Amino acid sequence: MNSEIKAITEKDLWTENPVIRQILGICSALAVTNLMSNTLIMGLGVTFTTAFSSMTVSALRHVIPTRIRMMVQTLIIASYVIIVDIVLKAYMPEVSANLGPYVGLIITNCIIMGRCEAYGQSNPPGLAFFDGLMSGLGYTMVLMFISVIRELMGFGTLFGIPILGEWWTRWTIMVMPASAFFVLATIIWVVQARQSKESV
Amino acid sequence: MDINPIVIFFASIFTSNIVLTNFLGMCSYLSISKDLKSSWGLGQAVIFVMATTTILNFLVYKYILVPTGLEYLRYIVFIIIVAAFVQLIEMILERFMTNLYYALGIFLPLITVNCAILGVALFMVIREYTFLQSLAYGVGGGIGWALAIVALAGIREKVDETKVPKGLQGPGFALIVTGIMAMAFIGLSGIANIQ
Repeated sequence: MNSEIKAITEKDLWTENPVIRQILGICSALAVTNLMSNTLIMGLGVTFTTAFSSMTVSALRHVIPTRIRMMVQTLIIASYVIIVDIVLKAYMPEVSANLGPYVGLIITNCIIMGRCEAYGQSNPPGLAFFDGLMSGLGYTMVLMFISVIRELMGFGTLFGIPILGEWWTRWTIMVMPASAFFVLATIIWVVQARQSKESV
Repeated sequence: MDINPIVIFFASIFTSNIVLTNFLGMCSYLSISKDLKSSWGLGQAVIFVMATTTILNFLVYKYILVPTGLEYLRYIVFIIIVAAFVQLIEMILERFMTNLYYALGIFLPLITVNCAILGVALFMVIREYTFLQSLAYGVGGGIGWALAIVALAGIREKVDETKVPKGLQGPGFALIVTGIMAMAFIGLSGIANIQ
C-alpha cells in the first residue's frame, strides 16, 4: 500500500505530470496564469474536482454501465464543478469574476476525465482519491511556476506584493496572452530535453 | 452590452479569437494540427457545432433556466445539450449523408470535449448577449477557431523538414508558433474590442 502511494505521487507529480508530460488541461493552464492568486484558486478547484470525481467514479464503477460511462463521468464532474463555482461566488466574488468562464470549463479539462477513465475506473476509491489529488497538485505546481514568471515580469509583484521595486520595467508582453504560449513552450522544452538525456 | 452583432462577428474571428486570446479548445488544437486536411475537417465541424449549439444553449438558458431560477445548473445543462446534439448529428449524418459522415465523422466525438464549445456558451451568458449577438458570436467564434487551426497546420506542414531542437519537437513547437500568431493578431486589436 505504501509503495503504491509513493509510486502514484512520483508519477503524478513528475514522470507523468499531466501538463508538461501529457499536454493535458492546457486551456486553463494558459488562461489563468497571469496572476498568482487566480492561479492558486484555480489549481485548488481543479485538485478538489479531480480528487472527488475520481473517487466517486471509482465507488460507482461496478454500477455504471460501460456504454454510457463517459456521460455519467461528465455529470459527476459537472456536479463537483458546480460546488466549486458556488463556493467561489459566495466567499471569493472577486476571484470568481476574474476567473469567469474558466471555472465552468474545469468540466472539459481533460486531466479530470483522464484520471477517472485511466485510474478511477479500475482502482478502489481511496487510491483513486489520492491519485486525483496528486494529479491535481501536479497541475497546480506547473501552473504556479508559469504564473510566478508571468506575474513577476509583467507586474513586478508576487501575489500582488511588490517585489522588484521601481527600477523594474514591466514587460507588457508577459501580461498578454502571447507570453503564456512562450513560457509554457519553454518549460516543456526544458523538461523534454532533460528527459531525452535521462533516457539515453 | 449593446454591441452591434456584426462587430461581434468580426471581433470574435480576429481581435478576440478564442484560441489566441481566450485559450479555448487547446487540446484538439495542438493534437489535430499536424496536417492541413484533417485540421480543416475539424475546423468545419467546429464551426457547424458551435453555431448551432450556441443558439440552442441560448434558447434553453433564456426560456427555461432563467424563468425557473435554475441558472446554477447551466454547466450540466450546456454539456448535456452539446453531447446530445453531437450524438444526434452523428446519427443523422451516418444515415443520410454517408460521404459527409466519413469526412467529418471521426471529428464529431472529439467536439463534445472541445472546451471551445462550452466556453463560447459560458462567455455568452457572462456577457449577457441577445439572440443576434449570440448567433454572431457562435458563428464567428467557430470561424476564428477554424482559422487558427488551419493557419497552424499550414505552418507546421511547411516547417516539417526543418531541424528543431529535440525537446521542442511536437507540442512545444506548436505552442511557440501559436504565440507568434497571437502576437500578430494583437496588431489587429485596434479594429474592434468586445472583451
